Amino acid sequence: MIPAAFDYLRPATLDEAIALLELHGADAKVLAGGHSLVPVMKLRLAQPKTVIDISSVADLSYVREQGDKIAIGAMTTHYDIEASPLLRDTCPLLTELAPQIGDAQVRNRGTIGGSLVHADPAADWPAAILALDADLEIAGSNGRRAVKATEFFVGMMETVVQSSEILCEIRVPTTARSVAYVKFAQRASGFAIAGVAVVVDGANKTVSVGVTGVAARPYRALAVESVLRGKVLNRDAIDQAAGIAAEGVEPLDDIHASAAFRAHLVQVNTRRALEVAVSRG
Amino acid sequence: MKTVVNIRVNGVEQKHEVEPRTLLVHFLRDCCRLTGTHVGCETSICGACTVLFEGKAVKSCTLLAVQADGSEVTTIEGLAGDGRLHPVQEGFWERHGLQCGYCTPGMIMMAVQLLERNPKPTREEISHAIEGNLCRCTGYSHIIDAIEYAARKIAEVKK
Repeated sequence: MIPAAFDYLRPATLDEAIALLELHGADAKVLAGGHSLVPVMKLRLAQPKTVIDISSVADLSYVREQGDKIAIGAMTTHYDIEASPLLRDTCPLLTELAPQIGDAQVRNRGTIGGSLVHADPAADWPAAILALDADLEIAGSNGRRAVKATEFFVGMMETVVQSSEILCEIRVPTTARSVAYVKFAQRASGFAIAGVAVVVDGANKTVSVGVTGVAARPYRALAVESVLRGKVLNRDAIDQAAGIAAEGVEPLDDIHASAAFRAHLVQVNTRRALEVAVSRG
Repeated sequence: MKTVVNIRVNGVEQKHEVEPRTLLVHFLRDCCRLTGTHVGCETSICGACTVLFEGKAVKSCTLLAVQADGSEVTTIEGLAGDGRLHPVQEGFWERHGLQCGYCTPGMIMMAVQLLERNPKPTREEISHAIEGNLCRCTGYSHIIDAIEYAARKIAEVKK
């Protein structure tokens, strides 16, 4: 399997990369780690005329404190997140999720920014990004703009990032240890059939629940969050709330799982993720 | 349009003219004539094409050769030195870590990186590390034995 022919460009700066995107328009694709884009190019589901490799752009791979948030460069690999002592201490949901992505080789190359912009409905990061209510910073020729995770995903393989823009940073809040990510994975690829990320905020008596793999786009299980607001998170409350994790959602139906099975799995994994997160609180 | 790609493979500079769409695995096999790296599933799943790229295990079927321009790559051919097998290769030999051998180069490269990051892995950690390498013969337990053997061997040599 060989991709269709394309021109390859490797700009040295973000400004240069954005200028190239403006020049080549929708025929161009940004290449980060290449672990979402190269596979779809090999299948010829994507046939960009120009590939703009941003791996030589400086300062897109980092994890650092920024005010009361943690800033993660878009080119940071899954492995670098998995191995980050700062994230393990300040935002453990990300270090719990990272080693569940794909496999070791994929985690060495794949990047958080690349995965988010690709917006595969079965990718893992979206669940955590939604549950953490992250901010995503997008660079374009008119400067930078920040969007909330809940506004970022538009539909299947589609985000608010425009064809001449580049996602450059993800900012997450620091959390307590009462978080969890539980997924049912497709056996060969490791992609999520139903992945649920939970953040329990004991002080404010709120939970946030991000779901991936289940619908055409990842979502916040707002019904679950709403019934648990202010509640004591005992077994009955969790059971009852998890039962509505697929409310208002149209589950995907494909060779990996039927819609009914996905609706079932998201309830089970919501319950499990809530139980694990509470047990860590 | 072809472009010149220069990759240091097993310590030797390899300069070849390829199309940007050429995958690293084909650069290694067809241009460098290093056929130890295998083409398996071609879909980033099986791990038969695993090589070390800047010291990190990657699937060379999911990397364009142009992405590796100016970098260091190590393949299975680069492990043995002075007529002696690398401890991981020796482990696969001693503990029967292969039958047909198709997955073996990728398995070994993955194990080499694992032991660099984690010199004393548990059996569970080894299983997790080789999740991206499929073997249809052994049932994996001898592969895990082989990697444990290599970990002990490397620790002994370091003493």
